[in-house]
Amino acid sequence: MTVPAQASRVLRSGRNAAKRRRAGSTPADLVLLLIGACFLLPLLWLILASLDAEAGHELKLPDRAGLENFAAVLTPELLLRPLWNSLVLSGGTAAVTVVAAVLAAYPLSRYRSRFNQPFLYTVLFGTCLPITAIMVPVYGLFVQFELLDSMPATIFFMATTTLPMAIWMTRNFMAGVPVSLEEAAWVDGASRMTALRTIVLPLMRQGLGVVFIFVFIQAWGNFFVPFVLLLSEARQPAAVSIFSFFGQHGAVAYGQLAAFSILYSLPVLFLYVIVARGAGSSFALSGAVRG
Amino acid sequence: MQPPVTARQLLRYLPVLPAVLLLLVFLAGPVLWAFQASLTDAGLTGRSARNPSWVGLENYQRLFADPVFPLSVLLTVVFVAGSAVVGQNLLGLALAVLMRRARPAVSAAVGTTVVAAWVLPEIVAAFAAYAYFSGDGTLNQLLGRLGLARQDWLYAFPMMAVMLANVWRGTAFSMLVYRAALNEVPAEVSEAAQVDGAHGWQRFAFITLPMIRGSIATNLMLITLQTLAVFTLVWVMTAGGPANASTTLPVLAYLEAFKFGDIGYGTAVASVLILIGAVFGLVYIRLLRETRP
Repeated sequence: MTVPAQASRVLRSGRNAAKRRRAGSTPADLVLLLIGACFLLPLLWLILASLDAEAGHELKLPDRAGLENFAAVLTPELLLRPLWNSLVLSGGTAAVTVVAAVLAAYPLSRYRSRFNQPFLYTVLFGTCLPITAIMVPVYGLFVQFELLDSMPATIFFMATTTLPMAIWMTRNFMAGVPVSLEEAAWVDGASRMTALRTIVLPLMRQGLGVVFIFVFIQAWGNFFVPFVLLLSEARQPAAVSIFSFFGQHGAVAYGQLAAFSILYSLPVLFLYVIVARGAGSSFALSGAVRG
Repeated sequence: MQPPVTARQLLRYLPVLPAVLLLLVFLAGPVLWAFQASLTDAGLTGRSARNPSWVGLENYQRLFADPVFPLSVLLTVVFVAGSAVVGQNLLGLALAVLMRRARPAVSAAVGTTVVAAWVLPEIVAAFAAYAYFSGDGTLNQLLGRLGLARQDWLYAFPMMAVMLANVWRGTAFSMLVYRAALNEVPAEVSEAAQVDGAHGWQRFAFITLPMIRGSIATNLMLITLQTLAVFTLVWVMTAGGPANASTTLPVLAYLEAFKFGDIGYGTAVASVLILIGAVFGLVYIRLLRETRP
């Protein structure tokens, strides 16, 4: 906001109101800092406890800070295999979602038809159904078709739950690519799908990145779906294994739980920063919310 | 030879097929299956798991006779109204307004903190909230410092604790929506009102709020739907307890189906929740169609 804000400050330098707002007011700062402190406290515990080998529930500076907790959880069974499972699950979900969303968004953004609006609103309606309520019937369905504990089936289910939002976002990003560029390719004899692959997709790769990362972050953080559908420890992602760890050792090893939580959270924090820096979070959000 | 127009049109929509198949198999399928299974005695294990028999509306009759169900509906309404409609919504709006008045560095730092709680994986957020509200957690430390009585929040006031945790976890969404909405309100309109002598709160109530009412409606619907489906936060913090004191509908559906092994009864609870979500979803889509030309 800096450049436009500066420009408008110059333009309105004669007006008090604008000047006062740009300079920032101390009461607003104080209230904001107070709210921010309330939001920070639970996060602060996570960080301090992870550095404290004798951590409990209370918020305190470690008597002697160290990385023992991180060393203790950095073992193949405890952390690395669950993280690998999370990566497969989230990467698979994001890949399936993006492919299905791109294919669906192409006709929806390129052809005019009575079919488009009802379809898009039906899809949007799908996002409104509470996924936690659907998990009980999904479990029943997975039992009947013997899909329980199957990684691919879980990936397809998770992709479906994020698909409606992804279709909306992808369609909006695709609408931003002018049709005239494709028309040139058609004249040269390229098929629609070739034009989509060679012209449209490269031009909207930033948007596709946003969709991929959004789906990935959601899948990475999802606890309930793998908790219900993936039963064997060897397939469970970090979200579920951290919960079992909490049940088995949580009462004694809070420091390790915090260290585990931080290592598991880092990838999504990093990805979120990429999206927020690159595309602007409110921009990506408005693509998801307003359509 | 050119195929007939209708066939060609259908062919053009062929790429939509994978998405449609996924949505039918993994979303519409389970929803329809839920309504059907809620009319059976399907169990988690044993004979009723392989070969459930038809029991008609028995599960629903049980549901409405069960004292836990109305309690659970009430708790869900309190949870959604308190933590989403009031908590996240108003706090998000307040944050967005304050951030426009504060120094950029302050608003950036606070914004990052609020968003961090939202971006964290839900299970991690739930652990952090659990530690914060637990007996010797940060909240009691603070109260102790201020000379106030400590409480065992998760046992004495479980709903209060999960609602505050949900405000902490979800306010970032409302804040981002309102920041984007406020940025689109032209400054001239507000300035014109100022020239006419309107005070700060008057300008906000009579000019800014009506101008962002579309965003308010959208935000309210979305956070209602999100909060309706919250499971992990409640499950980790209280597991619905003590004695069902924080058993919202998603937790009740899970407990009945997986803890007590009664899939038929659990799906009846889930079906009610799906119906509530569907009603809100239809309202939301109506709103969206009205605001978009």
